[in-house]
Amino acid sequence: MSEGFPRPLPKVEGDAAPYWRALAAGRIELPRCRACSRTIFYPRPFCPACLSDDVAWEAVDGRGTVYACTVVHKPTNPWFFDQAPYVYAIVELPCGVRLPTRIVGCPAENVRVGDRVEPVFERVTDEVTLLHFAHADRGAPA
Amino acid sequence: MKGTIESAPELRGRAAVAGIAELRPSKTPEGRTPLGLIADASRLAIADAGLRPADVDGIVVCPAMMQYSMLWPSVVAEHLGLSPSYLEFVDLGGASSCGMIARAAAAVATGRADVVLCVNGDTWDPKGMYLKPPPLISPLRDFTMPYGAAGANGDYAMAAKLHMARYGTTSRQLAKIAADQRTSAQKNPLALFHGKPLTVDDVLASPLVCDPLHLLEVVMPCTGAEAVIVTSAERARDLPHPPALVLGFGEHLEPDPFQRPDYLVTPVVESARRAFGMAGVVPRDVDFAEIYDCYTSAVLIELEDAGFCAKGEGGPFVESHDLTYAGDFPLNTHGGMLSFGQPGLGGGMTLVVEAVRQIMGRAGERQVARRDVAFVHGNGGTFTEECSLVLGAAR
Repeated sequence: MSEGFPRPLPKVEGDAAPYWRALAAGRIELPRCRACSRTIFYPRPFCPACLSDDVAWEAVDGRGTVYACTVVHKPTNPWFFDQAPYVYAIVELPCGVRLPTRIVGCPAENVRVGDRVEPVFERVTDEVTLLHFAHADRGAPA
Repeated sequence: MKGTIESAPELRGRAAVAGIAELRPSKTPEGRTPLGLIADASRLAIADAGLRPADVDGIVVCPAMMQYSMLWPSVVAEHLGLSPSYLEFVDLGGASSCGMIARAAAAVATGRADVVLCVNGDTWDPKGMYLKPPPLISPLRDFTMPYGAAGANGDYAMAAKLHMARYGTTSRQLAKIAADQRTSAQKNPLALFHGKPLTVDDVLASPLVCDPLHLLEVVMPCTGAEAVIVTSAERARDLPHPPALVLGFGEHLEPDPFQRPDYLVTPVVESARRAFGMAGVVPRDVDFAEIYDCYTSAVLIELEDAGFCAKGEGGPFVESHDLTYAGDFPLNTHGGMLSFGQPGLGGGMTLVVEAVRQIMGRAGERQVARRDVAFVHGNGGTFTEECSLVLGAAR
């Protein structure tokens, strides 16, 4: 980690706090709109598709596919300088949302659009757990 | 709703660009401030239009990243000694410059102002970016930054990789955009990369920034400034230069690009539809294009979504056309921002200035053969804020 640059971490407060608390407990939960039944990302207490505030948090299936990806060779945030090369990706979950994430557990060049992936919970602090993904067919789940 | 609004054809050709100015870009601040650069470009543009400062009754600016300030339109007007009746601050990222021209044209067409100065200027100091980042507060960033999101580099690289996976687009096709633009830059003494020709192989030999984008496919921020004078088509007729009419403009935003149905189908579709609709022309009427080239992949996708080719055919399109100023599809004829440099959020104004220069017949050695209709496009965020212009010669 580059000296003097803090790791960028989310604030576990406000509207998205239940999302981060669920991750810390090893679950993926997102708000779902009861009016139009869409799952909402990023999490907020109303539906950006129909503006209904009739939303409820639900557990979602974390087995997804790589929608888009890149191997980052030159990170912009200095904290990531010595992590490169790494895979930054967008993973699509069965509920329809697409999550920014990292694909871990394999050489960076092995990740392709369309790959099946499953969640890897990376505990960073007592409060923050990040949701990474790894190839689904690599053997025992993380 | 997309596709349901008519494009205000009554605004077509009511406003025109009558004067332009562009400062020589530089790789470092060279002791300058954004406000100082803005003043230089403004004075030159007002003179270029054959006008006096007292004629200027409107001013439109965008954020200067290195001198970010509230009340910025007033600060700029005060510095220039102007007393405008129309002031506007356009904060649309890379779409800001086209958005500035659109607002100025609408203000002129609706009688709110007669002569509008659109000006941007910024310095660039890579160290400054980390010392003094401009504020950007979006809840979405809590879900990207912790995962190593590499800013725009990563997002446009993902677009390129997805385009390749889905449509078979190649790195050579993307690199040709940068190489062709560099050929045009050799005829532009102001361009940062004037005197440094580039081949497709050179582009591909440069280091990968975010796979599949190489360093020479990524825009280089710089210090610089541009200013544009927008006035009524009638008034422009009596000014020294042949006017560049604002035939059409259109704007569209779609938030969070990854939640929309298809990451590769962007709000450029709607901004271009509106601009072409107002102008009463279609893409095949366009003689040359100046479109936002923060990355080669941005150019490819903008070409598709503006309607110059079908979705997925951007690769074969750029491969089969000569994109240089002398080619059959002149594109980013000043070198694009990739070869000219990107002076901050107003970098898109280099595209506007070049389009006007070509329409006025002032492009010198890189003058395009046909210059009746130009398509200009500004792209902000990751294909989020989009603004399109159609500019043209008076007939």
